[in-house]
Amino acid sequence: MIRRLLTRLGASALVLWGAVTVSFTALHLTPGNVVDVLIGSSIVTPEVRAQIIADYGLDRPLPVQYVTYLGRVVRGDLGQSYQLHEPVVTAIGAQLGPSLQLAGSALLVAVTVSVTLAVLTARRSRWIQVVELVGVSIPTFWTAILLLTVFSFQLGWFPAVGADGFAGLVLPVIAVSIPITTLLTQMMRENLELVLEEPFVLTARSRGLSDLGVRLRHALRHVLVPAVTLLGWVIGLLVGAMVAVEQIFSRQGLGQLTLSAVTGKDLPVVMGVVLFTAVLYVVVNIVVDLLYLVIDPRLRSAA
Amino acid sequence: MRRHAGFTLATVVLALMTLAALAPGLLTGGDPGGADALKALEGPSADHWFGTDANGRDVFTRIVYGAGPSLLAGLGATALAVVAGTALGLLAALGGRVLDELVMRLVEVVLALPTLLLALLVITVTGPGTVNVILAIALYTAPGYARLVRAQTMVIKRAGFVEAAVSLGLSRGRIIWRHVLPNAFEPLLVLATIEVGTALVAAASLSYLGLGPQPPAPEWGAMLSAGRDYFSVAWWIAVFPGVAITLTVLSITVAGRRLQRRVA
Repeated sequence: MIRRLLTRLGASALVLWGAVTVSFTALHLTPGNVVDVLIGSSIVTPEVRAQIIADYGLDRPLPVQYVTYLGRVVRGDLGQSYQLHEPVVTAIGAQLGPSLQLAGSALLVAVTVSVTLAVLTARRSRWIQVVELVGVSIPTFWTAILLLTVFSFQLGWFPAVGADGFAGLVLPVIAVSIPITTLLTQMMRENLELVLEEPFVLTARSRGLSDLGVRLRHALRHVLVPAVTLLGWVIGLLVGAMVAVEQIFSRQGLGQLTLSAVTGKDLPVVMGVVLFTAVLYVVVNIVVDLLYLVIDPRLRSAA
Repeated sequence: MRRHAGFTLATVVLALMTLAALAPGLLTGGDPGGADALKALEGPSADHWFGTDANGRDVFTRIVYGAGPSLLAGLGATALAVVAGTALGLLAALGGRVLDELVMRLVEVVLALPTLLLALLVITVTGPGTVNVILAIALYTAPGYARLVRAQTMVIKRAGFVEAAVSLGLSRGRIIWRHVLPNAFEPLLVLATIEVGTALVAAASLSYLGLGPQPPAPEWGAMLSAGRDYFSVAWWIAVFPGVAITLTVLSITVAGRRLQRRVA
């Protein structure tokens, strides 16, 4: 267990270090003077310019700059957005609420729907495969546009704009959760079909348990482990989907922040969001490791 | 039997899309840039199958002409990623332990980061445009191919026929080109086929966000982006380019999976 934990921590540190390095490389690969790249299209005083040079150690050799940058990120300093006139950490923090609300709801919907679908359809119906196929092929941004066009503009059931209240959350959540739901359903259904062949399923059936009971009480636990493993990867998918969906539904959030930073060439913010997501990925993976212990009792005794 | 029908349908769709990409003039007589203010935002009719956009341009014609740039982005990004990934994979498998560790750690890190964010980071650096979108997508898809090629090469390099080639005194490059690569090719092709669809969606998403081909280019994602303000009054602008993307990706996935089953 200790060994496992150490390996996990090592891998986490590696991902974070990689993300910092990728960001640093991006900063220095961008054509033009680094100071100009950092301030993007905003105009700053000579004092601020001197401050940036001092902060990033730009008057010193590249390895020193790299270490300076690494040290600042480790201390939680993601730099300054000169276009938003605030630290990147503050900018991300301000947009975090609406995004977490959207991502959390989408994840909840995706898990509930996919578990239900997988349990109900495994070895029972073939149409689910067609649904899965369409679900993975349809681009998220187009689903969002379709939902907006049909349910907001044509039918007027939901507001087209804004993050206020439950009604404004319904369509964005559906749009974001569709690709995740399909992937999870497909994976759990395929695994469930294998698990249902296992001898313990026959044993449970012979004890007089109903088919649904077997699926819920015995088989489901087995497919949760591989599904939970995907969680870290799902976070990446969520962040990506939110960029387009937030823009289409005019919602505040991390996606909008990122998109306007990309169009405005506000590199510190884009770098900050990449680093923030890397941290999120690492944290989620540690949670996933703990979830394994909850789901699979066999792992607990090994601990 | 039903699976067979799906595959046939997919082939027909892909053939039509390829035709549209190579010779759009054969499928439509219209001009993709032909604006006509008097015919703006007309619904689907016999004259304009898919309606007209805010500038009075025929949506069907623009979708046909959009097949080229849209498919090119997906194919281009995949091709670039396959080449770069293969080179990295070979380097890792044949270049000794230090290089192997280095390349594979790098691959792991890139695979851990969210794909779209990486693409956005690249585009912040390079600026928007078709070529930059292709580069951005290739950057984050290449590691997947590197991992596959490395795994394949690790197995192949221990095979008897490679040993034979070495003992015959063949050069390293020749062994890689003639003996290692052809044997790693099949799984690579299967993965790449399925991934063309994913790359196509990614490119269309980036175009939709305004980071790909700039207007008035008739690219599918860009068409949706340009029609954004008119979705409330003209549903056809929102629907048809998306149908084109989804149908293409669906067909690629169906064809790719069949290929996968045949190889496996």
